[in-house]
Amino acid sequence: MYLLKVLFRNAFRHKLRTSLTILGMTIAILAFGMLRTMINAWYAGVEASSASRLVSRNAISMIFTLPLSYKDKIRQIDGVKQVSWANWFGGIYIDEKNFFANFAVEPKSYLELYPEFVLPPDQLTAFLRDRKAFVAGQKLAAKYHWKIGNTVILRGTIFPGNWEFVMRGIYRGRDENTDESQFFFHWDYLNETVKKMFPLRADQVGFYMIGVTRPDRAADVALAIDRTFKNSLAETLTETEKAFQLSFITMTEAILIAIQLVSFVVIIIIMAVVANTMSMTARERIGEYAIFKTLGFRGWRIAEMIFGESILITMIGCLIGIILTYPAASFFKSLLGTYFPVFNVTEETIYMDLAASFLVGLIAAIVPTWRAVSIRIADGLRRIG
Amino acid sequence: MAVPFSYSLRNLWTRRLTTVLTASGMALVIFVFSAILMLAEGLQKTLVETGSNDNVVVIRKSSGSEVQSGVERIQAAIVEIQPEIAIGTDGQPFLAKETVVLISLPKRGTENISNVVIRGIGRSSLALRPQVILVEGHLPKPGSSEIIAGRSVAKRFEGGGMEETLRFGMRDWKVVGIFDAGNTGFSSEIWGDADQLMQAFRRPVFSSVIFKMRDPSEFDRLKQRIESDPRLTLEAKRETRYYADQSEMMAKFLRILGTSLTIIFSLGAMIGAMITMYAAVSTRTGEIGTLRAIGFQRVSILGAFLLEAELLALMGGFAGLMSASFLQLFTISTVNFQTFSELAFSFALTFDIAWRSLAFSLVMGFVGGFLPAVRASRMNIVESLRAT
Repeated sequence: MYLLKVLFRNAFRHKLRTSLTILGMTIAILAFGMLRTMINAWYAGVEASSASRLVSRNAISMIFTLPLSYKDKIRQIDGVKQVSWANWFGGIYIDEKNFFANFAVEPKSYLELYPEFVLPPDQLTAFLRDRKAFVAGQKLAAKYHWKIGNTVILRGTIFPGNWEFVMRGIYRGRDENTDESQFFFHWDYLNETVKKMFPLRADQVGFYMIGVTRPDRAADVALAIDRTFKNSLAETLTETEKAFQLSFITMTEAILIAIQLVSFVVIIIIMAVVANTMSMTARERIGEYAIFKTLGFRGWRIAEMIFGESILITMIGCLIGIILTYPAASFFKSLLGTYFPVFNVTEETIYMDLAASFLVGLIAAIVPTWRAVSIRIADGLRRIG
Repeated sequence: MAVPFSYSLRNLWTRRLTTVLTASGMALVIFVFSAILMLAEGLQKTLVETGSNDNVVVIRKSSGSEVQSGVERIQAAIVEIQPEIAIGTDGQPFLAKETVVLISLPKRGTENISNVVIRGIGRSSLALRPQVILVEGHLPKPGSSEIIAGRSVAKRFEGGGMEETLRFGMRDWKVVGIFDAGNTGFSSEIWGDADQLMQAFRRPVFSSVIFKMRDPSEFDRLKQRIESDPRLTLEAKRETRYYADQSEMMAKFLRILGTSLTIIFSLGAMIGAMITMYAAVSTRTGEIGTLRAIGFQRVSILGAFLLEAELLALMGGFAGLMSASFLQLFTISTVNFQTFSELAFSFALTFDIAWRSLAFSLVMGFVGGFLPAVRASRMNIVESLRAT
C-alpha cells in the first residue's frame, strides 16, 4: 500500500507530462480496442453460424445456380432433416449506398432452419400467407423507418426491374451476434416473375440450406450430397455454414491482415511515447536514485519504483480507454452499420487491452531502469549539481 | 534576429534517446498514413489503367458489373451495327462480344479458394486492349478447350500455370499461354474462347459488348441512342468510367479507414512530441533566460522551439515515408467487394502522396510543438535565469 502511494505521488509530480501520457495511452487503447472489435465484426458471420447447417452451392462458383429439382434428391439423403433454398437477390434500395443483404428464400423451411431469427407468431403467419411479403431485421427496419404494412421497392441488379414488397414482419436476433439487418422475401415471388420474363432462368436456386439430424454427421452428409450430383451439369459443393462464411473472409484476408498489423502499430507508437516519458522521468531523478542507494536501498527497489510508475500510468490510461470503448463502438456502429451489421465489444478485446497496456508499461521502463540501477552512486550524485 | 539553426539541431542530438523515440512514434504514424494512401492509389490506378477512354462497355441496365450482366445475342447484334463503332483492319467492326463469369479456384500452397474472373473473348478482344501482351505460348484456338491466364493468376492459383489444366464445366481446360497486362485488372483474369465457355457454362448470353469508337467525342450521342432503344435493355459506359466505378467502394473504404486511423494515431504521436518539447523547455529554462538576456526576442525563442519540433517531426516523416516506399515491392491480392472477384494490386507511391505525408508530419510537429514553444517564449528573463 505504501509503495502504491509513493508511485502515485511520483507519477503526478509532473502533472502535465503524466496527464499527456495517460491521454496518449487512452487514445491508443481506444484505437486498439476499436480495431480488434472491427476484426471481430468481420468474423461475426462465422461466429453466428450453426454447426448443424450445411450450405450446398454450385461447384463452379457462387454465381452459378442449382436446379430446383435437387431439393427432393437432397431430402432423400440419410442424415438430412430439413432442406430449404434461397437466392442472393442483390437488390438495391433507392441508392447503392444503402447496402444490405437481401435473399429470396423458401420462407417456411428457411425460418425453421434459423431459430435465431425470432418472429412473433402473428407476423410469421402474415409473412407466410402473402407472396409479396418480406421480413427484415429490426436494425434494418429501424434504419429506414419501415413499419409493418409498408411497401418497399428494390431495384434488381441480378434480376432486372423494380420489385415491390410489403413488410409483414420484423425479426429479432435470439443471440447477441445474430445479424439483424437482413431482408427476406418469398422465393416463389422471384421465381414466378422470372418465369414470365426469362424462362431460361426459372426454377434455379442460388444455394440450398440443409439442416442435419446431428452436427457430428455434417461432414458425411456433405460428402453424400456432393457424391449424388457428381458428374452432372451442376455439380455441388457442400460445406458447413461456418466454412461457407469463412470462405468469404479468406477472400478479403489481405485487408484483414493489414488491419491486424495496424492495430499493433498503434501499440508500438504508444510504447515509444511512454518509453520517452519514463526515460525523461528517470533522467531527472538520477540524483534521487543515487541518494536511495546511499541510504541502502537495493537496485530492485529502484526498479520496482520505475516499473511500478510506468505500469501505473499505462493502466490508468487503459482503464479510461476501456470505458470509452463502449460509447465509441456504438457511435461507430451507427456510422458504418452497413459494412458491419454486428459490432460488439467482446470480453477478449478487453483482456487484450489490459495485456497490451501491461506490456507497454513493462517495456517502456526497461531502459530507464537499467540506467538508474547501473549508475554509480558518485556519478548519480554529481548530476545534481 | 533568429536563434541560429544549429542550436535547434544540436539540442536534438544531445537528447538522442528521446529524439529517436519521439521521431519513431511519428515515423510510424506517417508510415500508416502513406501506406494506406498508397494502397488506395494502387487500387484505383490498377482499375483506371484497365480501361481505355476510346472504348465503350455495354452491359445490362443497372447490373453494375459484367458478371451480373446479361446481353442476349440479338441485342449484341443490334449494338454491333451502330455507326459510331470503329472498323478494324479486317474490315469488320472493332468490337468484341464477351462472356464473363467467376470460377472458384484454390490458391497455390493453401486450401483457400477465391473467385477468379474467366472471360470468354472474341476476335478483337486482344486488339481492343493494347496493354495485354501475350508473353508465353499462343492464343487459344477458336473452338478448342484452350485458355490463357493472366500473369498474376498463373502465379497465384493452382492449375493456372503454363501447360497446366483446370477443370470446370465438365471439361479439362489447358493453359496454352500466359499474358501480361501490366498493372491492370486483366492480369487477374483467365481468357478463353467465348463460344466454348458459353457452352461449357450453359449460359447462352453474352455478358458485355466492348468496342472502340470511331471518334471518342461521339460517345454521348451513342449512349443516348443505345439507352433509349426499346429493343435494348442496356447501358453504355466509357471503359475508364466502368472500371473506376468498380473500384469506388473499396477505395472509399480504404480511404475512410485510413484517414480515421491516421487521425487517431497522430493524436498519440502529437502528444509524444508535446511531452518531449515540454521537457526540452523546462530543462532549458536557464538557457532560454540567457538567450533572452543577450538580446534575442520572444519571437525568436518561439521560432527556435517550433523549428526544433518541426525538425523532429520531419525526421519522423522522412523515416516513415522511406519505409513505406519499400511497400511498393509488395502486391496485395484480395477480393473486390463490388465485383466479388480476385484483384491483384500493389502499393503506388506518387509525388502527391509523398508531399502530403511530409506536410502531415509538419502539421503534427507544429501542433505538438506550439504550446511548449509559447511557454518558452513567455518566460520572464530574471526568473528563468535564476532557475539555473
